[in-house]
Parts: sequence; C-alpha cells; structure tokens
Amino acid sequence: MGSVVAAIMTMGAIGLFFSVIISVAYQKLKVEVDPRVEEILDVLPGANCGACGYPGCANYADAIVKGAPVNRCSVGGMEVAEAIARIMGVSAESMVRKVARVRCRGDRERAVWISEYVGIQSCAAAHLAAGGGKLCNYGCLGFGDCERACPFGAIRVNERGVAEVDENVCIGCGLCVQTCPRGIITLEPVDKRVLVFCVSQDSGKVAKKACKVACIGCGLCAKKSPDAIVVENNCARVVDADKVTDESIEKCPTGAIVRLGSRN
Amino acid sequence: MEFFVIFMSALLVNNFVLSYFLGICPFVGVSNRLDSAFSMGMAVTFVMSLAAVVSWAIYNLVLVKYGLEFLEIVSFILVIASLVQLVEMFIRRMSPVLYQTLGIYLPLITTNCAILGVALLAVLKQYTFAETVVFSVGAGLGFTLAIVVMAGIREELDAADVPAPFRGAGITFITAGILALTFMGFSGLVR
Repeated sequence: MGSVVAAIMTMGAIGLFFSVIISVAYQKLKVEVDPRVEEILDVLPGANCGACGYPGCANYADAIVKGAPVNRCSVGGMEVAEAIARIMGVSAESMVRKVARVRCRGDRERAVWISEYVGIQSCAAAHLAAGGGKLCNYGCLGFGDCERACPFGAIRVNERGVAEVDENVCIGCGLCVQTCPRGIITLEPVDKRVLVFCVSQDSGKVAKKACKVACIGCGLCAKKSPDAIVVENNCARVVDADKVTDESIEKCPTGAIVRLGSRN
Repeated sequence: MEFFVIFMSALLVNNFVLSYFLGICPFVGVSNRLDSAFSMGMAVTFVMSLAAVVSWAIYNLVLVKYGLEFLEIVSFILVIASLVQLVEMFIRRMSPVLYQTLGIYLPLITTNCAILGVALLAVLKQYTFAETVVFSVGAGLGFTLAIVVMAGIREELDAADVPAPFRGAGITFITAGILALTFMGFSGLVR
C-alpha cells in the first residue's frame, strides 16, 4: 500500500514539475499567429479538398495572409472569396466557376463492346486488368470510381453506363479528375457551353470502329470554325466556345461536339 | 578510454537505427532531403541526450531511493513527451521553415523508440552520470549519421533509373537493408 501512495506521489510530482516548466516555456516561446488566419479559416468551407492547390484549408488560410489570391476556393465560390476579401481588405476579383465534365458519351448502345468484365467492380481495377469491356481505350468504364470519390454527390453513373456531372452541384474540386484512371474527366469553365465529348487519340479509323460518337479527328469542324476549334493528336478541342458556329457542330460526322443547353 | 568505447559503441557498432532497428519511422520518413534529415538528426540528438540525462537523474535520485524502479517506463515517457513539447515550441519559434519541413515527425519524436531505448539502456547498463551523457550523445549522433547517410543516398536515387516495381518505398527499404549490412562491418571494433 505504501508503494502505491509513493508511486502516485512521485508521478504526480514529476508531472507537476514538467507541466510547470512547459507552461512557463509556452508563455516565453509563444508564437504570434496572425489573427486573420483564424478568421479566414472560419470562413473557408473546411472541406480540405485541395482544389485551391494547397494541402488543406489551414494551409490556404496561411497562404492568403502571405499574399495568395483570395479566390482560389472553388468549393466556397464567390461568397467565400468576398468574405475573405473583406477580412484581407482587398477586392475579390471575379472568379470563373469551373465544373467537371465527363468527356465521353460512349454509352451501352454507342460504344462497341468486345468482352465482359466480371472482376472487381471498380474502374481502376478494370482499367488495369484488360481495359474493361469496351474496345475504346478512352471510354468511360462506368464502375463509378468518380461517383465514390465525389464528396458532394455531383457525379454519378447514369442508367446508360456513363458518368455524368450535375453542373449545379459540382464545385470543381477536381477529385474525380484525379480518380478517373482514363483521364476522361476535365475541369472546364461552367460558361464554356460547347465541348468535344471525346478524348480519344486513336486514329480516325480505329476510333470510328470503337464508338459511334468518337471524335475521329477529321477536322471538318475546325475548317468551319478555324479560330474556335483545333485538332491535336486525332482529337478536336474547343478553344473558344463563343466562336463555334452551329454549322461546324452540324458538320461533325459522329456528333462528338455538343452544345450544352443554357444554364438554369 | 572507457568513455571512448561507450561513445564508439553507441555511434557505430550498436547504431540505434542500423543495428538495433529503433527509430525507423523518422529514419524513413524524413530522409528524402539532406538538410531536413540533418535537422531531424540534431533534434533527435538533443531530445535523446536531455531525455537520457533527466531520466538517469529521476531513476537514480528518485525512483531507486523510494524503491519505485517499476515506474521507469512511465516516468521516462513523461520526460520524453515533455522535452519534445519544449523542442517543438522552441523550433516553431526559432525556425518556422524547419517546423514546416519536419512536420508531423517532430511531435512523433515522442514515440521514437530509440529515445526511450537510450534512456532504458543507460539505466540497464548501470552507467554513471558521465557515461550516460557520452552514451546518449553517441547514440544521437549515430542516429544523425544514419539518417544523413540515408538522405545522401536517397537524393542520388532520385536521379537513378530504378525499375518500376522497386520505386518509392521498395528501393528505400532495400537501401536501408544494405546500409544496415555495411554497418555490420563495424562489429569487430568494440567487443
């Protein structure tokens, strides 16, 4: 019994001794943290998604105080940018909202299937195993890795087996972009309403065989809208959506270029 | 002469990382750049020496006196945790850049078994106060040596053409293993 009491007393004494030292040292060595960091951290959404280019919200808050732009947070959008700008005493520059776009429309009917994949039901596994069941190496696999990666429920695999983004929910954090093993998903400004929904770099012949709505790199669209569309690596890309004429969209033999409906 | 043997033993022959395999976590975690590896080594050496000395004092002046030797591990951990807190506050104040570089590995010194190992071994071997100082400084410098050598090799490895399956953790562990093998060469130095 005596040793128990002695043990408690001893540990208590040692503990007290060190806590006194540490609390004194804390007062002496306290680091002055800019109070604005705390304020900004309160305003930020706290999703820690990393879309701003910093590892987390706390790092971004630190960076803002040191002079980083206030409008990097795509989760919070304009609202948060303005709030941060008020704290920092600067004006928030207008920020173009970006959303993810799945650059494939090769669904069950349109794409050519050469096999049936029955392994682990994830895009990453299917991509590794044999490239899934589709002939096209640039086609959406449809196992929903992106759907599971999205913290906001903005992307889902539709009933036709191709991932689809709800642009009203998507905040453009880019997690699905990183997750997609095929690199089909890209971040695009939300007001870019004309897009080529195919990223296949196969030659026209191969691409046409693999999917009815593939971009075959024929360049007809680019001829009609030379300033707006360029063809690189057998694939067309919209550079300036505002200058794309309806004619060039109609000219596309496969219908890979799509004008999205106006936003509500 | 006695001191020299203890020092060399802790530094090379019984190197805590490469021969006892203690403190592997920071050894692998902070050894990708030479300068941060060196700072980590210095921080560990500092905590190690202080922890061993304070632990020695607590053990021999307090615990033995009251017959409480069974409290050694608990009290030593208390000592180490407090010292790491101090070092962390100190580094944060003095060099925020270093604080960022060391990151999570700085508070993790608390759970670095090499430090508890030094404190416990010094007591186990019944070293005197002076011997404990020499032993712990030797062990700390041994840790620094190991992590700096490792960081030097890893910086070179960045430029090497490593086969794909071995990249990253694989080649790091293989390097550490070969490094440990070479340190076996010191084993004849001290009996």
